[in-house]
Formats: sequence, C-alpha cells, structure tokens
Amino acid sequence: MAVNNAVLMRRELLTRLAKLYNKGELELKIDRIPLELRPKGSQASRCCLYKDRAMLRYKLMALLGFNIRDEEDELTPLSEYVRRAFERTEVEREPLTVVDEVCSACVKTNYVVTNMCRGCLARPCMANCNKGAISFENGQAHIDHTKCVNCGLCMKNCPYHAIVYIPVPCEESCPVGAISKREDGTEQIDYSKCIYCGRCISSCPFGAVMEKSHIMDIFKAFAGPKKVVAMVAPAIAGQFKAPLPQILGAIRELGFDDVIEVARGADETTENEAREFLHKMAEGQAFMTTSCCPSYIAAVQKHMPEIKPFVSDTLTPMQYTARIARERYPDAVLVFVGPCLAKRYETYCDPNADLMLNFEEIGSMFIARGIDVATSASMELEKGIDSTSRGYPVTSGVMNAVKTKIGDRYEVRPVLVNGLNKQSIRELRGYAKSCPGNMVEVMACEGGCVSGGNVIANPKIATRQIADVVRMSEQE
Amino acid sequence: MEKKLIVKICTGTLCYVMGGAELQLLDEQLPAELLAQVEIQGSPCLDCCNREDSQGAPFVKVGDRIIASATIEKVIDAIKNELNA
Repeated sequence: MAVNNAVLMRRELLTRLAKLYNKGELELKIDRIPLELRPKGSQASRCCLYKDRAMLRYKLMALLGFNIRDEEDELTPLSEYVRRAFERTEVEREPLTVVDEVCSACVKTNYVVTNMCRGCLARPCMANCNKGAISFENGQAHIDHTKCVNCGLCMKNCPYHAIVYIPVPCEESCPVGAISKREDGTEQIDYSKCIYCGRCISSCPFGAVMEKSHIMDIFKAFAGPKKVVAMVAPAIAGQFKAPLPQILGAIRELGFDDVIEVARGADETTENEAREFLHKMAEGQAFMTTSCCPSYIAAVQKHMPEIKPFVSDTLTPMQYTARIARERYPDAVLVFVGPCLAKRYETYCDPNADLMLNFEEIGSMFIARGIDVATSASMELEKGIDSTSRGYPVTSGVMNAVKTKIGDRYEVRPVLVNGLNKQSIRELRGYAKSCPGNMVEVMACEGGCVSGGNVIANPKIATRQIADVVRMSEQE
Repeated sequence: MEKKLIVKICTGTLCYVMGGAELQLLDEQLPAELLAQVEIQGSPCLDCCNREDSQGAPFVKVGDRIIASATIEKVIDAIKNELNA
C-alpha cells in the first residue's frame, strides 16, 4: 500500500495500543491516546482538535475489534471497550467498519460548478441537462443535488471546463459496487456484494474504512493457558529488511509457541492443483482457474456465477497449513499472519484457523516490544518446502508452481489475471465462453500478495526479496 | 577518486514500518548526476528512535545530518544541500 498519513496514523495507533498493553496500562491510559496525538495547541487536520480526537477515538475502537455503528453511548470510554474485548470469545464475521465520524466528507453529487463559470449566454450545461438540475444564481450555474443523477453531460458540454468531476474515492475504487452512500452521506458496505479486496480501506483519504483488528484477541490468547501458534504467509519474506529466518524468529519472539510457514501448505496446494488440472483436462473441461486468492473466490461467488464450474476445489495454502497446524497442536490458538483483508475473512471462515494478524499489525507489535527484526535470532526454516511454494505471493507464482509440478505431463497454456478490477472481472466472465488458455491464475491485487492492502514494504522491493528467498530455497 | 557522500537509510523495524520501506527506492529516483556522487547504504537502527515519542521516524543520515520524517523528496533536497555546501 502506498504510504500516506492515514496509513501511518493507523500504524501509530496500533503501536501505541500495543505499547500500553505491554506495560499493563492499556485500560488505564487508552483514553489518553487521542489527547497525546492531538494535544492542546497542536494543529488540527480537520475542523478542530476535538473532531480530530473523536476520529482517533473511533479508529481505536475499530482496532479494539468493534463495529463503530454498534456504539450505544458516546460517553462509553475506550477503557470499557478494552474490558469488553477481553471478555469476548469470538471475533466478528464481517471484517470492516466504516467510521461515520471520519467519513461523510465526500460529495453526494460528483459534479461541481467552479468559479470559472462565466455565466455565458449559450448555457449548454443547462440546455443539455435532462433532469433540469441546473439553474443560474448570481450569474453562475448551480447544480441542484436533489435532481442531479451524475450523468456528467454538463461537464462535457461546458466550453470553459468550469465544471469538475469530484470522485468518491472508496466508491470509485470498489470493483464491484459494494460501497455506497446512505441518505446522510455516510458510506455503507453491502456484504452481499463485498469481495474483501480492501481497496476502500486504502483509497479513503481520511482512513474512514477500518478493519476490525484481532489484536486484542491475540493478546488475550497470549495471556491464556493455550498454546498460540503463528502460521505465516510466504509474502512475509518481502516485508522487513532481514532474511526470512530472522523475520520468523522475530515473530516467535512476540510470544508464539511455534511459527509455521504457510509455504508448507502451499506445497499441498500445488500438488492438488496439478492433480485437479490433469483430471479436469482429461474430462474435457476447457480451462481451470486457481483458487488461492479469497477475494477472487468471493468475486466468483457473488459476481461471476458462470466461472464457478472452472474454479479448482483445491484449498488455499493457509487452509492446508491450518489443517497441519491443528493436527500438530489440537488445542492451540492458530493465528494466521497475512497481507490482506481477504485473508482475514478467509481465516474467519476456516474451521481450523482462529485469528488473523496482518503485516501492519505485526510490524506495530514489533515496534511496541522494541524488537528489531534485523537483530532477532534466526529460526531454522522447515526443511523440504518446495522453492516454488515460497514464490506464491508474486503474480505468476502460483502458476509457476503448478506448471512446474505438471511438467511435461500436459501442455499448460497460462493466463494471468493480475489484479481484479471492473474490466478484468468482465474479461474473466467472458472466459466461460472462450478462454485464451487452459489454466488461469487470478490474484485480486496487481502484483500479487506483495501488494496486499496491509503490506509494509514497497511491492517492488518485496518482489525482489521474494525472488531471493526462492533462489535460496532452490540451492538448499 | 572523489569521496562520495554517504547516505544511510535506517532499515530498523520502527523506521521501516513507519514509512521507511519506501525509501528503499531512493536509488531509482535520484537523478543520475546526484547518484554518481553518493553512496547509499542500508543501515541498522541509527538509534534516533529511542526516545519516548517515536514520532519522527523514518530517519535517514545524509553525511552527518539526520533527516527526520524522511521522504524521498526530503532526502534528495538534503543531498543537494550537502553537495553544494
């Protein structure tokens, strides 16, 4: 994710939360965080310090794992939510919450008349508006927001370019139209459409769409009697400026009883995808698509029914790893460490995995504990993991693994869908009738999991580091 | 050979998470004539963050100067300043 102040603020809040927890002062001091970040006399980013502080308070509420809309009493302090978080036994199914207090900054009507309007005689804006939404006040055009339907004809017809288009970033970034305005202007997410791609989170310039973090539930697990085991996505190898064994060692240092590489599960995914592909080809099916990206799977279920028969039934690396981890540790709390919102949803749905930590959250936990990954003790990597499994998180990585496994048993004609957007979803639907290859790899994020919504490292750098790890594993 | 200006980018975890990861692309964005005059190094924690208030990360050291809340633009400006000094 491109770094900006909204992203950094989220990481700052996570770090402060984790620091207070580590000191045993979370309940006592959490309500002070908004004041510390916006002290008296400091500059407000919105209308005033009080608004800023209220926004921070709500963001903390989301990081504590709560749905902002569930707030019953505005006077309930964050300390009370800390208590409730420790009492709850389950995390919520839907991973997103919109912070209304932070949102509603965006326009309802996408077209705005600027001061450049000359109030000309021709008035083509008015003449071309089929809805009668344009009138003239004080010699300038004015758009009636109750009549405007956002068709854009006024902008197209204005000879002075005086009318501009103002997007609603979350709505514009959503590839499936799952986020929209309520009457009062705040945004709501339609979970019958949402594919958990996380674009709304990254695109909102105010950081109004938040993930409900499991961080409190993980703290609770650490404090409890059960073992806590981390299952770490292969994308982690690109996230810190340190070799993979040290990154895994640093994760262990956080208090996990064991750390298992999800690349282990990827071995099984590759094996089964290859078997399934050969089977489907023998049956005469036109093509098969991979199934590792839960955002893609949600898109198929909710928006591309015609593709359903072509998606492989093979489980994802995380799901196989959770199965292995559950066998090894029947009573443990299993925590998946991954790059994105979609994987949080997948973790929730998986019968074996319990909780999810994203890369930002784990980075913040490192900071709070004063762990510098580069000086952490290395953990020995599990032997025998296929090098191609460590290459999964980069676009074409899954394809490469499965194709290598198939070898010369069948001619694979690869098609890569590198990023889901309105256009690629349309193209994918077309594949049901005519597909340009026989194996389709789909990753919702352009570039692969290294570009997931909660990554720390720049995807370019992460991609290079992943390639290094793959090379190192080949030489093993 | 002329001595090159040393640019140390902190790759400690705190700096890295707080936006320092982006600074790894400095060499790609530095104009060629400047790139020839500097030596970019990744550095273990520069020890600038060990204050109660961690705000100010990520840190970069250009010559002897510490740049706080570093961005690629800020670092390029600092390099120009140092080279012209």
